[in-house]
Amino acid sequence: MAKKFMYINRKAPYGTVYALESLEVVLIGAAFDQDVSLAFIGDGVYQLTKGQNTKAIGQKNFSPVYMALGDYDVNKIYVEKESLEERGLSLEDLQHLVWEDEDNDYEEKDSIRLVSRAELTDVLDEQEVILSF
Amino acid sequence: MKFSLQINEGPYQHQAADSAIQFTKAALAKGHEIFRVFFYHDGVNNATRLAIPPQDDRNITAEWVALQKEHNLDLVVCIAAAQRRGLIDEDEMTRQGKDANNISEGFRISGLGQLIEAGIEADRLIVFGA
Amino acid sequence: MALLHTVNKSPFESNTFDACLGLAKSGSTVLLIEDGVYAATTGNSVADKIKNAAGINFCVLGPDLQARGVEEKLAEGIKVVDYEGFVDLVAEHDAVQAWL
Repeated sequence: MAKKFMYINRKAPYGTVYALESLEVVLIGAAFDQDVSLAFIGDGVYQLTKGQNTKAIGQKNFSPVYMALGDYDVNKIYVEKESLEERGLSLEDLQHLVWEDEDNDYEEKDSIRLVSRAELTDVLDEQEVILSF
Repeated sequence: MKFSLQINEGPYQHQAADSAIQFTKAALAKGHEIFRVFFYHDGVNNATRLAIPPQDDRNITAEWVALQKEHNLDLVVCIAAAQRRGLIDEDEMTRQGKDANNISEGFRISGLGQLIEAGIEADRLIVFGA
Repeated sequence: MALLHTVNKSPFESNTFDACLGLAKSGSTVLLIEDGVYAATTGNSVADKIKNAAGINFCVLGPDLQARGVEEKLAEGIKVVDYEGFVDLVAEHDAVQAWL
């Protein structure tokens, strides 16, 4: 039976390697047919911003990979509302992540679920395996 | 109960590896099973056999190896994270045409799938990091 | 269902402790380890946060308190556990969230 896997992302990209290497785990993990969720909390929300351009810092821009998560059936992406607000961000500042619902004529659906801290508390509480980086 | 551990930081710089070793010893002492210890991020540095800590300090790699021997622990080093950081075993040395290797006995190199499997197979996954 | 949360950073150096409290549900347990144990001491500026976190059980890893010389300053209402107690907490809870 599939387990509920939660990846907790609390760190900004590029300054440290955690964001990139946790994304690598998510991609590999997608092959295991588990019930996968991602949560972006605190500085983790910075991983999802639009318009990242890493040319001048000599690192690979891995932000396009988030756009591909829907193709890996990773489509429960929780973003904490308070974390966005504290940072002066809104959903508009994030990449528009979508997935295609095979059971519904491949209708394109939003992957990002904007949730309050209280709602996220309940989501976390249901998890069986929590990977944090 | 079956536990899996994920170690995100290297030895000495952070306490994470020390905490993980103490946790592992306590879990085994209580009769629990350690399904796997997975080393990720800088955690792969736990596996170098070339570290020479001062005589009056603990030798973290040696502690892992001793635990591995006594309890047949499955110590798995993430291959992608290890290659980034210059941690390679003999097979990889040959395959990549490198002139040295540094992974200690008792550890094995494998892919990230082993971390996911560790989460699936164990009753609890515990992460130690910085 | 209840989670075990581990916090390993000083509350004076990082917001990890606050982030944990913000997402810890009533009935869950917070275990302070490594530099996280400083949150368990009295007379500091975060002591009220623990007092006011209703419904959350607080534990602290004794060996880390002792190592840092702050065992005598332990605040009330926080249970001290050793590594075996840590193992028991993991076994008693449904999953572990490490606030790194």
